[in-house]
Amino acid sequence: MDIVLGIRLKDATLIATSKAFTRGISILKDSDDKTLNLNKKNVIAITGESGDTINFAEYIKGNVQLKGLREGHEMESDEIASFVRHELARSLRSRSPYQVNLLVAGVNDKEEGFLSMIDYIGTRCDLPYAAHGYAAFYTMSLLDHHYREDISLDDGLKLLKLCEEELNKRMPMDFKGLNVKIVDKEGIKVIDF
Amino acid sequence: MSRRYDSRTTIFSPEGRLYQVEYALEAIAHAGTTLAILSPKEGIVLLAERKIISKLLESSSNSEKIYKINDQTIVSVAGLTADAEILIDRMRNDCQQYLKIYNKLPNTMQVVNKVCDFKQGYTQFGGLRPFGVSFLFAGYDSLNGFQLYSSNPSGNYSGWLATSIGENSSSVQTLLKQELNANSTESHNDITLDDALKIALKVLSKTSDNTHLSADKLELASLSLQSNTNKPTIKLYTPKEIDNLLNLHDLSKKEEE
Repeated sequence: MDIVLGIRLKDATLIATSKAFTRGISILKDSDDKTLNLNKKNVIAITGESGDTINFAEYIKGNVQLKGLREGHEMESDEIASFVRHELARSLRSRSPYQVNLLVAGVNDKEEGFLSMIDYIGTRCDLPYAAHGYAAFYTMSLLDHHYREDISLDDGLKLLKLCEEELNKRMPMDFKGLNVKIVDKEGIKVIDF
Repeated sequence: MSRRYDSRTTIFSPEGRLYQVEYALEAIAHAGTTLAILSPKEGIVLLAERKIISKLLESSSNSEKIYKINDQTIVSVAGLTADAEILIDRMRNDCQQYLKIYNKLPNTMQVVNKVCDFKQGYTQFGGLRPFGVSFLFAGYDSLNGFQLYSSNPSGNYSGWLATSIGENSSSVQTLLKQELNANSTESHNDITLDDALKIALKVLSKTSDNTHLSADKLELASLSLQSNTNKPTIKLYTPKEIDNLLNLHDLSKKEEE
């Protein structure tokens, strides 16, 4: 029941993940971070089988960093999303596939926001806003209604707030609030939400 | 004395040389000339001269010097064509593999780097013969624009504004230097693709062992940007188009007659 949410803006991308780390019916931790910064302008948010998530995220990060180092310039959002999809599709056809779903958020070389939703079967979709799992049920209608092509950062954050309220109201469990990150041309920032 | 160090590529001679690699370089010095000129803003011209021409050989249809690697890279070859085919196959394959993973073609530098790593391996491991092939790579990518590289059997590569490999390559390079200085008073930056084409043909006509140039001995290709879409486009000239160009620049047979 982890929450991962993303909203793409004109020149930035917002990403929000729940802070609760659950196992069975217990919450083990209320300050979990389900995101991982891949490089200066790209971040992934990841959910799924708990061992797989960290293992896969760090594998991706390692490869993104290595390629950046080898070629002298950082990987772009679109390349990263393609690479992640490829790795998941490959893993799916192996003896022990990774069971993870993720969002790739970043800004591309043209300094536009970028958001891509990828699931464990290797489905990839680049979207203006996206959510995985139960969170999608409760927030899609809000996002559909309030999202605008040229939405500002303030309005994006307000929209995220609406989503959080809705989730708090409807989700059967306490997800301990959201961790929110903004990716823009300056880099990746964690913000108080 | 040196015999003892000849047979293995992987062993240094007492003077610190790798004879097999040097012999491979020598093989290339006898191959048909190929040259390339970069116009940093407009594109790259590749021109190559075929070596063996028999009247009976049906050669007009197939290319043996210039090959397309992907939508934004072409190479021309000097050396053993059979060796070259292996490397070209590999490059094409690598590019498609990269495209499959990253949804984007590799940058020119990555293509060059990868194939040169492979070539280098054959100068170091396992008693194999090195590839007797040098390449000229003409490539475009959004990161660095048009680029021209040359590589040799040792696995070294370098970037150029204009260069040549194969027979007479040093005299071609001298002429290129002269022509390019004379042609653009400001800088190499302003050379147009048409200028580059003209200079390429002119230089080859001067250095060629053949008394005159003709389309059946030449291969010509260019890489440029489509004016409406800004996508790289590759043009492989037909023998007829080459003939027209030779006529246009007064380089065809008639001077000899």
